Amino acid sequence: MCLGIPGEIIEIDPDQPDLATVEVSGVRRAINVGLLSDERLTPGDWILIHVGFALSKIDEEEARSAMAFLESIGQAYEDEIAALRASTLDASPQTPAAGTTEGSEVAQRGSDGVLRGSEGAR
Amino acid sequence: MRFVDEYRDSDKARALAGRIAALCEPGRTYKFMEVCGGHTHTIYKHGLEDYLPEAITLIHGPGCPVCVIPMGRVDDAIHLAGQPDVIMTSFGDMMRVPGGDGSFFDANAKGADIRMVYSPLDALRIARDNPAKHVIFMAIGFETTVPSTAMTALRARTEGIGNFSVFCNHVTIIPAIKAILDSPDLRLDGFIGPGHVSSVIGCAPYEFIARDYGKPLVVAGFEPLDILQSIYMILRQLAENRSEVENQYARVVPWEGNLKALDVINEVMEPRAYFEWRGLGFISHSALRMKNTYADLDAEHLFQVPGGRVADPKACQCGEVLKGVLKPWECKVFGTACTPETPIGTCMVSSEGACAAYYNFGRFTRSRVKEATVRHSTAQGVQP
Ligand code: SF4
Repeated sequence: MCLGIPGEIIEIDPDQPDLATVEVSGVRRAINVGLLSDERLTPGDWILIHVGFALSKIDEEEARSAMAFLESIGQAYEDEIAALRASTLDASPQTPAAGTTEGSEVAQRGSDGVLRGSEGAR
Repeated sequence: MRFVDEYRDSDKARALAGRIAALCEPGRTYKFMEVCGGHTHTIYKHGLEDYLPEAITLIHGPGCPVCVIPMGRVDDAIHLAGQPDVIMTSFGDMMRVPGGDGSFFDANAKGADIRMVYSPLDALRIARDNPAKHVIFMAIGFETTVPSTAMTALRARTEGIGNFSVFCNHVTIIPAIKAILDSPDLRLDGFIGPGHVSSVIGCAPYEFIARDYGKPLVVAGFEPLDILQSIYMILRQLAENRSEVENQYARVVPWEGNLKALDVINEVMEPRAYFEWRGLGFISHSALRMKNTYADLDAEHLFQVPGGRVADPKACQCGEVLKGVLKPWECKVFGTACTPETPIGTCMVSSEGACAAYYNFGRFTRSRVKEATVRHSTAQGVQP
């Protein structure tokens, strides 16, 4: 959970400025950006995400190298991404997974101990 | 071959390793602690230890959030999960942590409802979706995850969600570092400071380490090059007789940290008088609890928590590993009775734990890296 995953801001909902649609590892989802309210984030900005919250604003080059690093560490990163995909966080209207109650609320670990996202979220 | 050749900056890394070797005083040995489990992971994954001159030993610190949770708190969480109509939630890494009476997975097999979530906001959503249940989020982690828990509590308050609470087990890094500095077992020469924790707390809280203990600390990023660079920066301070806090990871970590995150934490939480760390014992002011003004969101206020102390299994030497006194493979049960599949101690559970990191990558790199290093050393002048 200490891994920071980079994401790119796609859209910020003016009615809910704490919530941004962010593209993370090829998936668009809602991320809470309330901790960066002093940063005046705009679409195209990059952020580092921890457990669903953006904690730091970074530049694109850092985002790219953070991603390359995460991919290099393998399993721990895959677990984190699977968990992130399985999570829906806030039921925000513009996220495709929003409002669903079934399946996606938790990632399941199989008997082999491998964390998997639920199907709907993959 | 894995190891430094494989990543894109291998030439730079080799050059850095050479500069590191050149800065070492002949005949002197150096012990540096990397506080953060993420760094431990990188070090083992890329075999960085074997790449450094023999005079430098890296000591793996206590910065793995799952590893420091004492057995008693796992039992408390299982007890809470056993209350009528309670859904317990926590991060995936917690699921396999052994308590005195089994793990969360074992509790689920006996009928508890303990769910893995990616974010505390997921736990809040489960509460929203299950108004007839009470949903508890077992919050763990250092300052990297604390603001998320605090933000979630604020949100629960704003939305008026009455069936959600936090079982707060957040710990803070500074008292742990201080405890290690005060412990007679270890003599350290410098610290590789945690990256993401520092993006919240900033660099100033480490200044006492440089000022009062005379040890350099360099806040470092997570890539192999970052770690080598920060080792170089520590050595340069030592060579120049300086002890300062330096920030190698300024591209992510602002010196002052994230002020908004610190505000949110202070709004919702306050330090506990003391907290037990697995293997390290009780450390004062080393953890956070919900403030009285948030008692309605505090599982320890809403429910009776047994709060028992459970001694670690005899065979377990996690305390020594967490303090850096023992290397993972020096624990008697390492890789035999204790493996990631059947962990005895917590350090084997999380990928940030030193034992799991070493089990997964260590033996593998060691044999292969040795030959590689010998080859490089002839070419680059690096000590094998
Ligand atoms: S091998 Fe297992 S018991 Fe020994 S220190 Fe590591 S995690 Fe603890």
